[in-house]
Amino acid sequence: MFEELGTTAEGDMLINIGPQHPATHGVLHLVMTLNGETIKKTEPHLGYIHRSIEKMCESLTYRQFVYVTSRMDYLSSHINNHGCSLAVEKAMQIEVPERAQVIRVIMDELTRIASHELWWGAMAMDLGAFTPFFYSFRERETITDIMEETCGARLTMNYICPGGVMMDLHPDFQKRVKSFISLFKSKFDEYNELVTGNIIFQNRMKGVGVLSKEDAISYGCTGPTARGSGVSSDIRKLYPYEVYSKVQFDEVLETGGDSFSRYMVRINEMLQSIKIIEQLIDNIPEGEFQAKTKAVLKLPKGEFYQRVETARGELGIYIVSEGGTTPHRIKFRSPGFSNLSALGHMVKGSKIGDLVATMGTLDLVIPDIDR
Amino acid sequence: MFIIDYIKDIFKGLKSLLTGMRVTGYYFTHHKEIITEQYPDNRATLKMADRFRGEVVMIHDENNEHACTGCSACELACPNGTIKIINKFELNAEGKKKKAIDTFIYHLELCTMCNLCVVACPTDTIKMEPNFEHSVYDRSKLTKVLNRPGSKIKAGVE
Ligand code: SF4
Ligand code: SF4
Repeated sequence: MFEELGTTAEGDMLINIGPQHPATHGVLHLVMTLNGETIKKTEPHLGYIHRSIEKMCESLTYRQFVYVTSRMDYLSSHINNHGCSLAVEKAMQIEVPERAQVIRVIMDELTRIASHELWWGAMAMDLGAFTPFFYSFRERETITDIMEETCGARLTMNYICPGGVMMDLHPDFQKRVKSFISLFKSKFDEYNELVTGNIIFQNRMKGVGVLSKEDAISYGCTGPTARGSGVSSDIRKLYPYEVYSKVQFDEVLETGGDSFSRYMVRINEMLQSIKIIEQLIDNIPEGEFQAKTKAVLKLPKGEFYQRVETARGELGIYIVSEGGTTPHRIKFRSPGFSNLSALGHMVKGSKIGDLVATMGTLDLVIPDIDR
Repeated sequence: MFIIDYIKDIFKGLKSLLTGMRVTGYYFTHHKEIITEQYPDNRATLKMADRFRGEVVMIHDENNEHACTGCSACELACPNGTIKIINKFELNAEGKKKKAIDTFIYHLELCTMCNLCVVACPTDTIKMEPNFEHSVYDRSKLTKVLNRPGSKIKAGVE
């Protein structure tokens, strides 16, 4: 599998990018075949951060396995927990109280904004602009503070659990979210001034890493990567769960298929998330935050599938139950894996400098790909 | 025509660069906007959120009494074997044998702060503390016994 590095018989160069490279945001290892500066082939090698989470889940109970999923795509930990909880609830036919549903959706959207903020800063940093990182982290910090206050953690939340949410909202929650919304709106123009409108940035992004609509579908891309190519793939719209069917928001679609389109999808998705939060934050119904459930959950025999829209795309949770307290088999369909598989196709024939501009807009989280 | 477009591009680029630099300049001259925290210099004033999950502790009252019955619900709820409950048998007032906690062993180095044990405890004996400075020189120091020496169960807790 590992070819000898160096020069091949045709005069091409084989080089490694990663697994310790700042542009790969983790331990992604790309073996590239280069002809001069032109990319001929890109081969991702995975497995550096494989923790066998799927296998681990088989020995954990249905309450315990939720917390592990925070460690897959750690930037959308709420949404991962949400998907697992939904799958368990679907199997056991647990009715989740309205209050918990609204809290979950607000948390999901806050997570989405936080994740896109981090992506925005990190991507600008990949392209050589260092300060945007600080600006995005300034707003992201407000979200993590809100999370810390209500959920008790900043990254690996384990707040959404089968039956509802673990704790009730902090009394200050609504006030702080509202102040975050007004802060975000006042700072959002800065993002566009700093990066989006910059000609150098646009020249590096436009027409780079083009993924056609057909290819996006055949590679199984989801999330902003697919929507940048004009594929409607928002699970929140197509298969609405919880209260997503009741809120008004648009699915952001761009048709360019290049890096700039994917960039614009993510930037505009933040605004849509703000729109969803605004509709819900004043209408959190009173009542229970958790359904009454037994201490030990037992799923009926059968197979259950649930999909949710994380910040990176579609996460599928597939549980095979033999009727016991632990799953017989669990499979996660992670968005990053399919999105990464399209990378080789996207950068083929372009220059090596464009690789970073393309990879940055895929928003890869390696633990999500490797699990 | 090519030359004119080229020069136009340069000016457009300069303009967009200056637009971006305006943001940078604004923060350069407005020191009130600085949000950096000087940890660990600000340790005295640093306030963590009350719910922040930093470590599991057992609640003791002023009489050195806790509410732990030794039921092991937390041990079973923990996904990675962080808690070990060792029970003993005590004679109660009527001379009957009764189960009681002997040692509550907590491996901080294994704990993922998932809060499942706290939720599982039927008597609300354990809770999360916002202390996050856990570095020690020896790994064995991270294995803790949570019930204090000489402590006993509160009267009336079953
Ligand atoms: S917080 Fe989680 S990992 Fe830590 S002791 Fe409790 S149940 Fe175990
Ligand atoms: S801490 Fe709570 S759950 Fe754990 S043994 Fe004591 S009473 Fe039971």
